[in-house]
Amino acid sequence: MSAQTTNPLSILKRHLRTACAATALLLAAGSAQAADLNALIWCDHADPALLQPFEEANGVKVNVKEFEGTGAGLAIVEQSQPGDWDVMVIDSIDVPRGVEKGLFEPLPEDKLPLADLFPQVKMDGSTVVGGKRYGITEKFGYNTIGFNKTKVDPADMQSLAALTSDKYKGKIAIYDYYLPVIGMAALAIGKKTAELTEADLPAIKAELLKMKANAKLVGEVTASQTALATGEVDILVGGGEWVTAGLAKENPALDFSIPKEGAVLWSQSLTMFKDSKNKDMALKFIQYIMSPEGQARLATSSCYWGMPSNTKAALTDDQKKTLRFDEQPDFLARAQSYPAPNADLDKKMQDVWTEMLQAQ
Amino acid sequence: MSTVTNSGRALPRAGRALPWALVTPALGWTLLFFVLPFIAMGFSSLTAHDGGGFTLANYSQFFTDPSYWRAMVNSLQVTAIVTVVSVLLAYPFAWILAEQVPERWQRLALMLAVLPFWTSYVVRSYSWLLVLAQNGVINRTLTGLGLVGEPLQLANTRFATVTGFVHFFVMLLTLTIFANLKQLSPSYRKAAADLGAGPVRTFLHVVLPLTLPGIMVGAFLTFVLCIGDYITPQILGGNNELLMPQLVMMQIGRRGDFPLASALSIILMAVVTVAYLACARWLKIERA
Repeated sequence: MSAQTTNPLSILKRHLRTACAATALLLAAGSAQAADLNALIWCDHADPALLQPFEEANGVKVNVKEFEGTGAGLAIVEQSQPGDWDVMVIDSIDVPRGVEKGLFEPLPEDKLPLADLFPQVKMDGSTVVGGKRYGITEKFGYNTIGFNKTKVDPADMQSLAALTSDKYKGKIAIYDYYLPVIGMAALAIGKKTAELTEADLPAIKAELLKMKANAKLVGEVTASQTALATGEVDILVGGGEWVTAGLAKENPALDFSIPKEGAVLWSQSLTMFKDSKNKDMALKFIQYIMSPEGQARLATSSCYWGMPSNTKAALTDDQKKTLRFDEQPDFLARAQSYPAPNADLDKKMQDVWTEMLQAQ
Repeated sequence: MSTVTNSGRALPRAGRALPWALVTPALGWTLLFFVLPFIAMGFSSLTAHDGGGFTLANYSQFFTDPSYWRAMVNSLQVTAIVTVVSVLLAYPFAWILAEQVPERWQRLALMLAVLPFWTSYVVRSYSWLLVLAQNGVINRTLTGLGLVGEPLQLANTRFATVTGFVHFFVMLLTLTIFANLKQLSPSYRKAAADLGAGPVRTFLHVVLPLTLPGIMVGAFLTFVLCIGDYITPQILGGNNELLMPQLVMMQIGRRGDFPLASALSIILMAVVTVAYLACARWLKIERA
């Protein structure tokens, strides 16, 4: 042991240097965290194949938190400090809910590729509030009929009536989300999804009960997807490309139809938080997701596939085929809007759904 | 006022402060993470979702809407079945482990018995879904042996939910009953034998009554954990009926109706409290 190491002053100095280095590291880490981008997302945005190119290009870490359902997402925001979050993925129809709560920042339209979006999915009725754009549709698809074409007659899948026929009793799963499936029930009885009122609920409930009588299960995303993939059921009510496209390689028999009565158009939007401390980076993130490359990666996310809202998405030919990209103009023309009830009707719709679930 | 020890001597001031100092962290923890959140939930349950003032509407919704209280009936039925079946399976299992397995193998046997605990609860539930599925092991075996013509609907039913629960709680109950059996002095059995009781009579009149408190504690734990569980019915039940935790979660997902979710949670908690009081009263009577 050397004299230097046993000298108390030397030991103190060395410890001080170590402490200073540790403090510097901590400060550096702290400043790095401040430069991070914090995103409240759905699972499709957690795919490293989507996030890594952005992180590497901008030298930023994207911290993501997944949530299910707008209510749960907004609750996370309310329980956080202002500025904790930079961007949020939200149902397009729910953008006004966030705007009402004063959460979102208007987006600069001139810096976004709005002209490249499919016109039907811009959803200006929801994404533009008081003349200002607060959300931009990034991905969309259809709640319709997903099916195994080797097990059912594809011709039958061209009508929603097949869902309540005896032919497919016990062969059906229902996606467990009340708004789109209520929308499908409305289409089945000839109602327009955009015009639903409380007076329509008894007829919708009757249709839902008929579907339930034919169904083997009512499952959330994973359960319903698994049921269709494993052959537990042959038809998924509320399914669409978001269920079948991701499984196409392993199970090419899975397909979806847009029946003659129509399908329900779902869409998700990106928004920026008003209190974000990193608005420039948040805008860059939104621009990246809306770019042709970002759109292709988001559309084919490992969590679930969906249609990119940007018509210039850099999809491969195989990906376009799987997503039936070229058929979109026809599909969009036949699709109806996602039900967007007010708070009171929303509650009543959920109660109808509860009654359907409890029916034996 | 002074604190008096068992020996009748008063503790000095410092000695009196020590028990409080020791219990303060636990009290603080309980206050912070149980009492305060519970009070907040109570207040929330008495408000309207749209931000209005005081209301009992959230509670009245539960008592007046059949599809809501049906969820409680379903929960109580499933929990009762799970508790009874788990006890009936766990007791002989624990008894075999404690009485029939040689001492030196008991540790290994116990470890094997609780091995499924080491896997994720969610993974275990999805595994059961695959086992019970139309193309799962059970249906393939039954159809392969020609015992049934068509696959049975096992997955996405109450049966599947109960199976998933029982698999978990049999392990838990086995541990509590095993510990109870091991604590039982062999002298009781010897005394019963000396008095002419056979093995069956000794079990029914000596061993079983003495291990009942252990069974009750295990059954209560099963009841509490089962009635509040969301994952198992959600994955295995196929939403063909709703239980209370699913109904609570449904209020939060899209609409974020925390007041109604709070009211339903408090009702669920009241049921658990009643079960606890019944269990505690029974144990008190037993001790007396």
